[in-house]
Amino acid sequence: MNFFLQVFGNPELYASTLAMATPLALAALGGTFSERTGVVNIAMEGIMLVGAFFGVMIAVLTHSSLLGLLAGMVAGIITSLALAWPAIRLQSDQVIIGMAINVFAGGLTAFLLNTVYGYNGTPTNTPFLPTITIPGLVKIPFLGQVIGQQNLLVYVMLILVVVGHYVLFHTNIGLQMRAVGEHPEAAATVGVSVVNIRYLGVSIGGMLSGMAGVYLSLGLLNGFDVNMTNGRGYIALAAMIFGKWTPFGSLLSSLLFGFAIALSISLQGYQVSANLVGMLPYVLTIVALTGIIGRSRAPLADGIPYEPSK
Amino acid sequence: MALLEIAGLRKVFGQVVANDHVDLTVMPGETHAILGENGAGKSTLIKMISGLYKPDAGTILFDGALRNFNNPREAIVAGIGVVHQHFMLIPALTVAENVVLGIHGGWGRYDRKTAEEQVSKLSKEVGLPLDPTRKVEDLPVGMQQRVEIVKALYRQAKLLVLDEPTAVLTPQETEDLFEVVHHLNQDGIPVIFISHKLDEVRAVAHKVTVMRAGKTVFESPVGSASAQQLAYWMVGRDIVLQTQRDVVQSGATVLSVNDLTVFDDRHTKKVDNVSFAVKEGEIFGLAGVDGNGQTELVEAITGLRKLAHGSVYLQDKDISRASVAKRIEQGIAYIPQDRQRDGLVLPFSIADNLQLREVSKAPFSKGGWLQKRAARKHAEQLVEEFDIRPRNVDLPVGDLSGGNQQKVILAREMARRPMLLVAVQPTRGLDVGAIEGIHKHLLALRSEGRSILLVSLELDEILMLSDRIGVMHAGHLVAVYNNGEVSREELGLAMTGEITAKEAGA
Amino acid sequence: MKRLWKALSLPLYAVITGLILGAIIMAIAKYNPWSAYGSLLMGAFGNPIAIGNTVSGAIPLMLTALGIAVAFRTGLFNIGAEGQYWVGAMAAVFIGYNFASMPWYFHIPLALIAAMVAGGLWGGVIPGLAKAWVGAHEVITTMMMSYIAILLAHYMVEKGPMMQQGFVPQSPPITSSATLPTILTNSNLSAGLYIALAAVVVVHILLFYTSFGYKLRAVGYNAFAARYSGLPVALYTVLSLGISGVLAGLAGGVQFLGVDYQLTDTFQSGYGYTAIVVALLARNNPLGIVLASIFFSALSSGSQMMQITSGVSANMTDVITGIIIFFVAADRLYAYILRTFRKKQVIAVARKEVQG
Repeated sequence: MNFFLQVFGNPELYASTLAMATPLALAALGGTFSERTGVVNIAMEGIMLVGAFFGVMIAVLTHSSLLGLLAGMVAGIITSLALAWPAIRLQSDQVIIGMAINVFAGGLTAFLLNTVYGYNGTPTNTPFLPTITIPGLVKIPFLGQVIGQQNLLVYVMLILVVVGHYVLFHTNIGLQMRAVGEHPEAAATVGVSVVNIRYLGVSIGGMLSGMAGVYLSLGLLNGFDVNMTNGRGYIALAAMIFGKWTPFGSLLSSLLFGFAIALSISLQGYQVSANLVGMLPYVLTIVALTGIIGRSRAPLADGIPYEPSK
Repeated sequence: MALLEIAGLRKVFGQVVANDHVDLTVMPGETHAILGENGAGKSTLIKMISGLYKPDAGTILFDGALRNFNNPREAIVAGIGVVHQHFMLIPALTVAENVVLGIHGGWGRYDRKTAEEQVSKLSKEVGLPLDPTRKVEDLPVGMQQRVEIVKALYRQAKLLVLDEPTAVLTPQETEDLFEVVHHLNQDGIPVIFISHKLDEVRAVAHKVTVMRAGKTVFESPVGSASAQQLAYWMVGRDIVLQTQRDVVQSGATVLSVNDLTVFDDRHTKKVDNVSFAVKEGEIFGLAGVDGNGQTELVEAITGLRKLAHGSVYLQDKDISRASVAKRIEQGIAYIPQDRQRDGLVLPFSIADNLQLREVSKAPFSKGGWLQKRAARKHAEQLVEEFDIRPRNVDLPVGDLSGGNQQKVILAREMARRPMLLVAVQPTRGLDVGAIEGIHKHLLALRSEGRSILLVSLELDEILMLSDRIGVMHAGHLVAVYNNGEVSREELGLAMTGEITAKEAGA
Repeated sequence: MKRLWKALSLPLYAVITGLILGAIIMAIAKYNPWSAYGSLLMGAFGNPIAIGNTVSGAIPLMLTALGIAVAFRTGLFNIGAEGQYWVGAMAAVFIGYNFASMPWYFHIPLALIAAMVAGGLWGGVIPGLAKAWVGAHEVITTMMMSYIAILLAHYMVEKGPMMQQGFVPQSPPITSSATLPTILTNSNLSAGLYIALAAVVVVHILLFYTSFGYKLRAVGYNAFAARYSGLPVALYTVLSLGISGVLAGLAGGVQFLGVDYQLTDTFQSGYGYTAIVVALLARNNPLGIVLASIFFSALSSGSQMMQITSGVSANMTDVITGIIIFFVAADRLYAYILRTFRKKQVIAVARKEVQG
């Protein structure tokens, strides 16, 4: 009993959940936009790495974490175009292109880290993203300790999820995105540009994955390290699926997965295995796909190349 | 002053001339039918009118201006509304979302409420009431067509093109559609009505243009053209409605279907308490409008779909619960409707496709080992016998023409000398020469005393080949006739459900 | 001959493009690409021991890629071979350090069979059944199962039943009776090579000379037609993913009985992912898989030498690999470039004619 209270009664656990969930939710939200327009995005892992690296690099050069953030987002967009272009123009296999990007990004960022910074890693005087304190909120007991004081991007993420929901379900462009991901031929017959919409969807995905990467290197952890995403891109993919390809769903499943990660961290030192707890996101995703707790259905045209007629 | 005037339109794909010298004039307020067989070039014409294809030559004059549409959007903006044969609707979106999609772009707010009100209002005005909040995937096919029409009208279409609109409709829904077409005409909106069914054209259209082999060959007011005349122009020769069928003494029962009830994937009852028998040496034709349960009935007989009630016997064996493989083994052969999807493995060679159903058995394999030489010999024989071209058995089937692909299936299914051949639309989409060849093969199989269950949407084909004709409507087998003892009119009435439950010749 | 060229041209283009772009990146970073590639080549093939190590590294790639190719042939994408490799490794090591009294001719086969069964169950049963019954996409399920496997492996040596006595999280080493003999002195090359080559031959025969293989391929190319022909599509889906997992599991088993001997707390082999590249580059052809495995193994085994003598980070080979996958997947790119180039030529010629 005492053990449970120690672990689950500690607001640190929930604050850490939110911190851990943020990169997942950002990338999952991005993935939602990409896949809603019909482009499977398993490249989130690689895009996050690129964002994380260039975020640090530009932050160091300009002494500004915000410019670093911007750079990471731009780098994310550029990397995502390496997925978008072959997927949209050449009808290439999106899963394989995504894999290529992940391998390439892992190699490139490690190569650059070594080439630019040598063996000592990124500089210790890197400017990090600020932690924000919400004046009134932080004073509320427990709740304040959970969400009263968090990294800037944690709050940005929460806002973006709401904005993402609004864009996807309450704007004209969102309607077009959903249409293109379900039945591109039909969307094309009423004059929707499938190509442009897909580029837009993948770029939003790239931007948000890049942002997730910057959060890792300039927020959650200190600087860039080889393969620092450590599978988070794939967990974000799982969160997107478990969240049924919706922004709020992505947020909720990211929180759940973030909780699993936070819990496995706080369990270090106890007898319970952190590794077993860490399996939770993956097990839940498989369960979600098999339909035991409400079937998760991908957009119909997700992953299927669209060939415009001449 | 004509609303649409098309002159000398031409479209070529590689070696194939899909459209050539196509002329068409449509006046305001009229319904203009375009009649033609499958592959006559109707769809290509429609795609050029709607901006999906660019013509290689010729002019499209619409609403007083020369048009050169670069994409569908330009055609829509000009006022051309098209209801494609395969609906261009997004199943996961609501009716209202489908209707307004593409009209407004950008990051502005999508005003759900206004859209729904507008769609609801418009649909009532034109006599096609719709619930704008429902998802399209939950609507029956007839309703989905309404959504398509409302979608076109919402975009202020000045001309409505309906591509084979009745293919998927029940007779009642067809009647409703005709009503709507008249209604639109009264409002001054002309309708282009694409069809290959004479009776419909005569029922709904004012004028008719006939297409054959990519060209427009005949135009006339509907009233002054006889059915015989139109049919002549469609096929380019007089239709012989009777082929030589030698009389085969029909013998023992081969297939008997008893009180069969089948549901589709959405748990809708599609086959309702159907019973019939097919005898030795008999072609039993199953007629009916598409979607009246023929597909599900056939799937239940071939083992692809579970039956909810009743039984299926092959000779005296109960095969109601047998697997597909078991039924093949027992002697059922099957020519599926969608040959590329269900009948062939396109990347496989001709030889490999010809052994698809019997690969585990001698001579194709022994002890689990493929016998490539035997398969080759078998294939070479069949390629010769069924005149499959080219003669190269190593060629991937995907490289063959549609007619030759169908011959590969026919050869595979007939080579096994099946007790029962289930043939669904065996000549769909083929040219006249290929159709004749396939009919010959089917009749030859019958002469050997084998049985055939023929499902076709073409009444002519049914009448030409069948010994007995069953008619399906709304899941019921409403009538069975001996061929020769029934008129087309009577069959037509049965197909529309006008005649209920009559066992002819019994 | 023409057919052979057609099959080989794309992988060759992709490899050449990868090496050229890799050289450009190195040149931009002010390294000498010639000396880098030279040292890479020396590191991979410079002496018999280096060759032995390169071939040794190709063994798990070969086996895993074979499995992935079998799945590809049936239209399935087994992206989780990495996890299947690790469950195979766990099973083999577990059998390998128990049963010390067993003679080698029982112990080795038993360990390998355990590895195969474990990999087969992991890759085949859950993702296969999920795909066959409810249509859950195997890309996601195999990927998720892969991560579960790796966490399970961590658990096994950190707190689980395979933890060795002491403070280092690792398993006990396998006994000598379970060890595959080394066939080239001072190198890592073990008798596992024979197992891998035998597997290549067996898979080739299975796919192209048996009715079972024919059916697997028929299901892969067109599940609808297969179903209409009475083939139990669900069963073949499970079997295909199962075989795929069996081979990945075997790869793990062979690697640990022949090279690594005990589980340590790092579970990142990368074989499962590189093997996908191998299968893609080889176009799922078993013989091609042998060559492609050696190529990628050479990239990896030579990269250390490259780092030491030329100072280029060993990760450069990942960059090259990523580029190669990209260009194999973007197979229409070459046609696209050619077409654009020709169009420009035609326009240029036309312009000249107009001007002249």
